Amino acid sequence: MNVKGGRARIMRSLRRGLKRDEVSAEIRVQLTARLAEPKCNLVPARSDKTADARVALFTKMAESVQASVLRVPDASQVPNAIAHYLADNNLPSDFVMAPDKTLDVYPWTKCPLLNIRRGKAVDADQVSVTAAEMGFAETGTLMLTSDATRPSTLNFLPENHIVVLRANRIAGGYEEGWRLLRKNGGPNFMPRTVNMITGPSRTGDIEQTMQLGAHGPRRLHIIIVED
Amino acid sequence: MNTTPKGLHPRVGLFVTCLVDLFRPSVGFAAVKLLEDAGCVVEAPGAQTCCGQPAHNSGDKSSTRAVARRVIETFENYDAVVAPSGSCAGMIRHHYPGLFPDDETWCKRAEALASKTFELVSYLTDELSVTAVDANYEGVVTYHDGCAGLRELGVREQPRRLLKSVNRLEVRELSGAEVCCGFGGTFCIKYPDISIRMVSDKVADIIATDAETLLAGDLGCLLNIAGRLSRQGRHIKVRHVAEVLADMVNGPAIGERKSPKRAG
Amino acid sequence: MQPTSHDFVARARKSLDEEGLQEALARFRTGFTVKRAEAAARMPEFEALRDAAVEIKTHTIDHLDFYLEHFADKVEDSGGKVHWCVTPEEARQTVLDICRAVNAKSATKSKSMIGEEIALNPFLEENGIEPIETDLGEYIVQLAGEYPSHIIAPAVHKTKDEVADLFYDRHKKHGATKRLDEVDELVDEARAMLRQRFIAADVGITGANFLVAETGTTAIVTNEGNGDLTQILPRVHIVLATIEKVIPTLEDMSTVLRVLARSATGQEFSAYTTLSTGPKRQGDLDGPDQFHVILLDNGRSKILDSEFREALRCIKCGACMNHCPVYGSIGGHAYGWVYPGPIGAVLTPHLVGLEEARHLPNASTFCGRCEEVCPMRIPLPDLMRRWREHEFVDRLLPPRYRLGLVLWSWFVRRPGAYRMAIVVARTALRLLGGRKGRIQNLPFGRGWTLGRDMPAPEGGSFHRQWRRR
Repeated sequence: MNVKGGRARIMRSLRRGLKRDEVSAEIRVQLTARLAEPKCNLVPARSDKTADARVALFTKMAESVQASVLRVPDASQVPNAIAHYLADNNLPSDFVMAPDKTLDVYPWTKCPLLNIRRGKAVDADQVSVTAAEMGFAETGTLMLTSDATRPSTLNFLPENHIVVLRANRIAGGYEEGWRLLRKNGGPNFMPRTVNMITGPSRTGDIEQTMQLGAHGPRRLHIIIVED
Repeated sequence: MNTTPKGLHPRVGLFVTCLVDLFRPSVGFAAVKLLEDAGCVVEAPGAQTCCGQPAHNSGDKSSTRAVARRVIETFENYDAVVAPSGSCAGMIRHHYPGLFPDDETWCKRAEALASKTFELVSYLTDELSVTAVDANYEGVVTYHDGCAGLRELGVREQPRRLLKSVNRLEVRELSGAEVCCGFGGTFCIKYPDISIRMVSDKVADIIATDAETLLAGDLGCLLNIAGRLSRQGRHIKVRHVAEVLADMVNGPAIGERKSPKRAG
Repeated sequence: MQPTSHDFVARARKSLDEEGLQEALARFRTGFTVKRAEAAARMPEFEALRDAAVEIKTHTIDHLDFYLEHFADKVEDSGGKVHWCVTPEEARQTVLDICRAVNAKSATKSKSMIGEEIALNPFLEENGIEPIETDLGEYIVQLAGEYPSHIIAPAVHKTKDEVADLFYDRHKKHGATKRLDEVDELVDEARAMLRQRFIAADVGITGANFLVAETGTTAIVTNEGNGDLTQILPRVHIVLATIEKVIPTLEDMSTVLRVLARSATGQEFSAYTTLSTGPKRQGDLDGPDQFHVILLDNGRSKILDSEFREALRCIKCGACMNHCPVYGSIGGHAYGWVYPGPIGAVLTPHLVGLEEARHLPNASTFCGRCEEVCPMRIPLPDLMRRWREHEFVDRLLPPRYRLGLVLWSWFVRRPGAYRMAIVVARTALRLLGGRKGRIQNLPFGRGWTLGRDMPAPEGGSFHRQWRRR
C-alpha cells in the first residue's frame, strides 16, 4: 500500500472541506501549544474532595460496580489480606504477581503458604496480583500502567485479579493521572498500555442481563493500603 | 380567571392551525375563550392557512419560504401570535428564522415573529402568569406530551399545572408520556406499519392508566390516538387540553360516536 | 456488506411481525433509556460536560488536518506504523498485507464498526485468514451469520432462548453436550470457547474510540476484556479507525469519556478503558511486536465538506437509537446496513448513496428524542431533513408525493382558494364519515385507515364561524 500517497490524498480532501490550505503558521503555534500544555476542561465537583473523602468515595464507587474493596492500615497487612481473600473464595494459594518493585515492600515471607510466581500471566493462572499506579475516586477506577515489571496480561488472563493500591495514590479525576504520567515520563511519557479498570469484566449482550466475567477477570479485589 | 395582569391587554393573533380549522374548530374557540379570559384582545386573521410544516418536512424549501412569508406578513403586527399547537408554534418559533439565510430583511422579520409566537398553554402560564382556570371536569385524565411542544418549546409542566386547577379533575401520569405517538405529519401515511405500531404502544400505555380521558396540546397527535382507540373499539374520550381548560366540553370528544343506538 | 436499505419498508414490516425480535425490543426500550437518565441525574455537571465535549470536537474537526498529522507522527515516534487509506478496498488490502507478512492464520477481533463498514471479515476469509469475533454480541451474530443490529449491543435483537439454541447448534462440534438455559451459563460457555482462540491468534484487530493527537495513543472503551486480550496476546495489533476519531489531548479525551459511557449504557465508566501507545517496549514481558493504525477516510472528508459536518462529532455511543421510537419498533436490521437508527439515517446516504438509502432519513417523525440525548448535540432531525431537501431537489421523491406537495403548496398560498378547498374537503370527509362520524377507509390516505379510523370533521370551519361572530 502506498502510504505516502494516502496521507497526501486525505490531507487534500480535508483541506478542500476546510476551505483552506495548511493551517497558518500562527494557528500552528497555537495548536502546538495546546498539545504541549494541555488544559484541564471541566472536572466534576464530585472529584474535589479531601484525602479521606476520596478514599471513601473510591471505595463506594468501586463496590457499586462489583469490585470488592478492603482497606488495611499498613503495608504489613497486605500478604495476610491476600491469603484470607484466597481462602474465603476457595482459591488455591498460588498466584502470579507482577515483578513490580513497588510490590517488594510487602512482607511476603510472613505468609509462607502463599506460592508466588513473579512474571506475566499464562492461561492456567487463576489469580494475579498487581499494583495500581493510581485510583480515581470519581468512578472507582484503577489506573494500571505497563512496563518491563508490569505485564498487562496480569490484568486480564486470570479469573481473579487482586490489586494493591496505596491510599495516597487515590486522586479525584482522571486528569491527575495524566499529570502524573507527564511528570514522570519526559517527551514520550505514555506507557505502552494504560488500563483504566472499573470493576470486573462484564457483559450485557444477552437480554441486557449483566453477567460478570465475560473474558476478563470475574473478580476484582482491591486492597487499599492506608499508611 | 384568578390572575389578570394589570393593564395588560395584548392584541393576540390566533394561529388557528389547518387541522383545527378543518377538523375541530371548537379547539380554536376554546383557545379564544382562554385568551380573552386572560385579558387578551383576540383576532384570527382570515389570510392564514398553514404554517408550512408539510413542505418543510418534505424538503421543499422554496414552498416553505413562500408560505412562511405569507404567515409573517399576516401576523407580524400583533403583540403576540398564539397557536393551540406545539408543532405549529414550534415551526414558527424554532424553524422560521433559519429559512432565510441569504435574505437579511426576511430573516429579521422571521426572527421578530418567532420571538413573539407561542404555544397556547405556555403562553397563558409563562407570559400572562395565569396560574389557574375556572373550569370543571369530572374524571381521571392522562396527558400526552406532543414532541415539538416538549422538545422545541419546553412545554411540559404548564398544562399539568393548569389541569390541576380544574375542579374535580384528577391527572394521572402517562407512562412514556414523552414518547412519540407516531403521527409525524406525512410519516403516518408514508410508513403506516411503523406508525400504527407506535400509536398502538401509546394506546396500551393510555389504557394502563385507567384514565377515562386523554388530553394533549396538538390535534395531529389527538386525531392519531383517537383514530387508533376508535379502531380498537375503546371508549376513552380524547380532547384537546384547551377544551377542558376553557370548560367547553359539551360537544362530543374527538371521534366520539354519534350512533343513535348509544344508550343514555 | 451489500446494503439492503432500499428494501426498508418490507424489512420493517417483517421486523414488526417477528416475535423473538419484538420480545427483545420490548426489553430494550426501557433498559438503556432508564439507565442513561439515572446516570445523567447522578452527574450535576452532565449538561456542561456535553457542551464542553461539543466544543472540543468542533475545534478538532476545524483543525482535523493538523491533529491527524500530529497523531500519525506520534504513533511513528513510539514505534507504530500508520497506514492512510482512502477507500474500504485500500483498508482491507492493508489489513491483509499485514496479516500475510506474519503468516497469520487467524485474527481475533474486538468490536469495530469500521470492520463492518469495510466488510473485512468475508475478505479475510476469502484470503485464507479466519476472523474471530470476540465481543460476545459480535460472536453471537457471527455464529448466526448475521450482522450487528446495534452499534454497541450487536445482538440486542436476540432473545436468550435464541442464543441458547444457537450455541447448542454451533458448539456441538467443539464438544458441547447440552443446551444451556441461563445467561451466566451461556456467557461462561462463550468464554471457554474463545479462550484458546485469543491465545492462538496471530493478529488482533481492534477499533478505536479515540485517537489522541498529543501522544499518538489509541483508546478503546469496552466492558468484557476481549479488546484487551485481542491486543496484548497476538504478535500484531491492528487498529482500524476513521479519521474523525482524533481528539487533541488526554484531557480532552477525559471530557468526552465522561459523557460516553453514561450516554451509551448508563454506566459511570466502562469496565475497561485502554490506552495503547505503540508496540512492545524494551524488556516488556507481553504485548504486540507490531502496532499498526489504519486511518480510513471512506467519505469522512466529503462529509466535512458538506452541510452534514456536524455528524462527524458522533462518538458512536448508540444513545440516539436507544431512544428512537422507530428503531425501538423495528430494530436495527430493517435499516439494511451498518449504522441503524438516527445516526444511521444521517450517515448511510453518504456512504451508500441517497437513492439506496432514501427511506432512512424519511422514516422519522422528527420527535427529537435523539438530539435530546446525543452527548455531542448533533442536530439529527435537522440533518435528516437536509437529506429530504436533497431528495426533493434531486427529484428522488415518488411522483405522487411531489404532486401532492405541488397541489398543497398552490392552495396554501391562496387563502380564498384554500377556504373553498376546505369546504369541499370537509363535505367529502363528513359524507365518508356517515352517521357514526368516523371514516374507516380514506382514499389518498390508506396509510391512515390501515389501522386507524379518521374522525370526521366537526362541522363548519373555524374561519367560517369566526367571520359570523
